[in-house]
Amino acid sequence: MQMSISEPEEIKINMTAMIDIVFQLLVFFIMTFKVVAMEGDFNIKMPLASESADSLDEELPDLITVRLEAGENGNISSIIVDDSETLREATMFPDLTNIVEDRLAGEGNPEQGSETEVEFDIDYNLKYSYTVKAIAAVSGKVVGDGKLKPLIKKVKFKDVGNGL
Amino acid sequence: MRLFKKKSTEILEGDLTPMIDMTFQLIAFFMLLINFSEVDRAEEILLPSSVLAVPPEVRPDYQIILNLEPSGVVVFEGQKNGIDLLNPLLSRQVDAAAREGIRDPADIAVIIRSHEDTPTGVVQELMAKCQESELQSFSLRVKNQK
Repeated sequence: MQMSISEPEEIKINMTAMIDIVFQLLVFFIMTFKVVAMEGDFNIKMPLASESADSLDEELPDLITVRLEAGENGNISSIIVDDSETLREATMFPDLTNIVEDRLAGEGNPEQGSETEVEFDIDYNLKYSYTVKAIAAVSGKVVGDGKLKPLIKKVKFKDVGNGL
Repeated sequence: MRLFKKKSTEILEGDLTPMIDMTFQLIAFFMLLINFSEVDRAEEILLPSSVLAVPPEVRPDYQIILNLEPSGVVVFEGQKNGIDLLNPLLSRQVDAAAREGIRDPADIAVIIRSHEDTPTGVVQELMAKCQESELQSFSLRVKNQK
């Protein structure tokens, strides 16, 4: 008896449909791709008015009051620190940082920043970008080698939390 | 005289394997980077920028992201509302957090993404409105300027 051995046929899969779908997926992802900028936070703890009253017996932290005054079109016109020092120059934000840094250094405790609190009293119309600049100015500074030196960690707004 | 060479009629098949490999890798790359949290962001809001604002290391257990337009309109979960109308929405969020085990509203992080030209008084009004729902942990979100 003669047995015929047939050679195995090469099985060809039609890839066209899959490639079409894959390319459509690729185009979809490319079209919807957005480069998202990194975002960061400034944390603000605003206890409720009742809790503030409860904590009156506790030792109050050192407080620096910073008033931000708005000029025309919501731009900043001046910064008043502790009702005594008024900053008006273009360098008012670096000056604010220096005042806070000097104050903390004057306390003699480099860790004082964790205890000292800054209360902002801000004009209603002041643009939010200036508020953020002021919060950044008291929160820390960039030192020579690009590192951040933290200053104030506790920030609050006047009139919020105490019955605006 | 023979003018033309007889051409082979075989179908030429290039090797598509490397191209398909590369395409799949590109798809995997874009799938990993795709941002599904677009609903939390309002594209029209231009955040102020700062070098000192550090990205949060740990995501809060429960967070409420409020986008604030210069006009005082709050964009929350893709819907626009006035600040005065936020109370029911915030109360619902506080209840939702409680169902997830966060009983104290003080542990809920309220992230405020405000446009840089918004009057600060409006931001303070928004914070005061949140406090009516006993929320008290606020984060002012800014663009990280590197």
